[in-house]
Amino acid sequence: MTSPTLTKKQTSLSSVSFGRKAKDRTVQALVYLAFLLALIPLVSVLWTVVKNGAGRFDGVFFGHSMNGVAGKDAGGGAYHAILGTLEQVLITTAIAVPIAVLTAVYLVEYGAGGRLARVISFFVDVMTGIPSIVAGLFVLALWLLALGFSFSGFAGALALTILMIPTVVRATEEMLKLVPNDLREASYALGVPRWRTICFVVLPTALPGIITGIMLAVARVMGETAPLLLTIFVTKAINTNPFAEPQASLPTFIWDQAADPNQNSIDRAWAGALVLILIIMLLNLAARFVARRFKATGR
Amino acid sequence: MAKRIEVSGLHAYYGGVHAIEDISMTVEPRSVTAFIGPSGCGKSTFLRTLNRMHEVIPGARVQGKVMLDDEDLYASSVDPVAVRRVVGMVFQRPNPFPTMSIYDNVAAGLKLNGVRRKSRLDEIVEESLQGANLWNEVKDRLTKPGAGLSGGQQQRLCIARAIAVQPQVLLMDEPCSALDPISTLAIEDLIAKLKSQYTIVIVTHNMQQAARVSDRTAFFNIAGTGQPGRLIEIDDTSKIFTNPEQKATEDYITGRFG
Repeated sequence: MTSPTLTKKQTSLSSVSFGRKAKDRTVQALVYLAFLLALIPLVSVLWTVVKNGAGRFDGVFFGHSMNGVAGKDAGGGAYHAILGTLEQVLITTAIAVPIAVLTAVYLVEYGAGGRLARVISFFVDVMTGIPSIVAGLFVLALWLLALGFSFSGFAGALALTILMIPTVVRATEEMLKLVPNDLREASYALGVPRWRTICFVVLPTALPGIITGIMLAVARVMGETAPLLLTIFVTKAINTNPFAEPQASLPTFIWDQAADPNQNSIDRAWAGALVLILIIMLLNLAARFVARRFKATGR
Repeated sequence: MAKRIEVSGLHAYYGGVHAIEDISMTVEPRSVTAFIGPSGCGKSTFLRTLNRMHEVIPGARVQGKVMLDDEDLYASSVDPVAVRRVVGMVFQRPNPFPTMSIYDNVAAGLKLNGVRRKSRLDEIVEESLQGANLWNEVKDRLTKPGAGLSGGQQQRLCIARAIAVQPQVLLMDEPCSALDPISTLAIEDLIAKLKSQYTIVIVTHNMQQAARVSDRTAFFNIAGTGQPGRLIEIDDTSKIFTNPEQKATEDYITGRFG
């Protein structure tokens, strides 16, 4: 800073200069504008889905499948699809979360900077970029065609697992990295072995963040349509068994109904979309509640 | 309980960096030994070699011998985890486990090592908190989070946590540097009390503190940036502060450098 500016600053000690005020206002306006712009599509989507979906958001919709219901008929429901989606995502979560969390633990706690960790990290990045339909094709080629299994909810869950693992690995990794090294050292200094330190100090400290990451991944996976079309196929009937026979799911239900030109089908598609959004929202709320209960207090 | 530490010919490295060079000393049981010296002279590194915490850092290694009474801590058959149960440590920054209550923080070392009996845990938690002069302040809120305490209380909580596993030696790495004078006094009183039971080694940047709490003082120094740290001299605290053998020690203590 040169001395002329210094003297200038001294004279304007009491008031903020006009230029700075103007800049402050401009940036403030831009920030609000960006916020509103981001909000428009969000609100619009919600509003449209609620408006169009509310019509068929009734008991029949939640209690019935599409078995024997043609596109032009009123009635019919998404019971089979809701059931299918819940089962598939549950299986997906059960397979993907342990693999992903353990991978992240390896990457942060054990591998740190080693060659194997770098290779794994690279492939996790690659997996993040896999288009979802490729995951579906992979399961179709390996599980259904090469190994000879039939279309099933489980095959769909396998495809979703491929999509879920990298997201959860990345989220968990970031959270584990945020755990201060002080805590690990404090635990080691008490004569606690490494694995116990990870289980009882590191993971609990990172837990709220990990749960949030898992929920985001679940939400993402729940709306996937393409890989499911190739793996669970399509059915109008209720199939409670995820391990045999084609199963329905909400995204494929929406896709199927929306493709039908009859208004009754289109209404069902909207209601399906509304239910999907609500399920994801409920899961998010539940996860927040769980995360808060475990939340690190203080600090 | 307390054990004597005898170090001979100890070198420590971080990857290719030679951090401390050829250190030999004896730390007497039931006494306080203070390490002083300028920043980066290897005091903390040396302290961390005494309970094998040094090697927790990737690429770090140690050469030489550390005898705890008649056991070599660096013998190949020795489990570093077992060493750390015998040689406890308190860190510069208070670091209670944020997810745990005050009670659980103190019980952590025991619980994580498989002590399950509630009555036994209760007993040790109370004993340790008494030992750390914290019991009266927290006895009514043992289930509250440890991170909710003040900095000085947190540090005493960490001391309680360290003594709960009943170590023989307690290492303290600048335990008061993040604390105010009142809390510092509380910790110093505590050190004076603990030395009847433990061998205590304390790293400090505060020479008055070294003079106040320690029986023996070791002065560390480096010849220059990038050079390994060395032990210049170790002697009774009164001698180091009044009539040190080495010129460098005198210069440091009188504030002529560092």
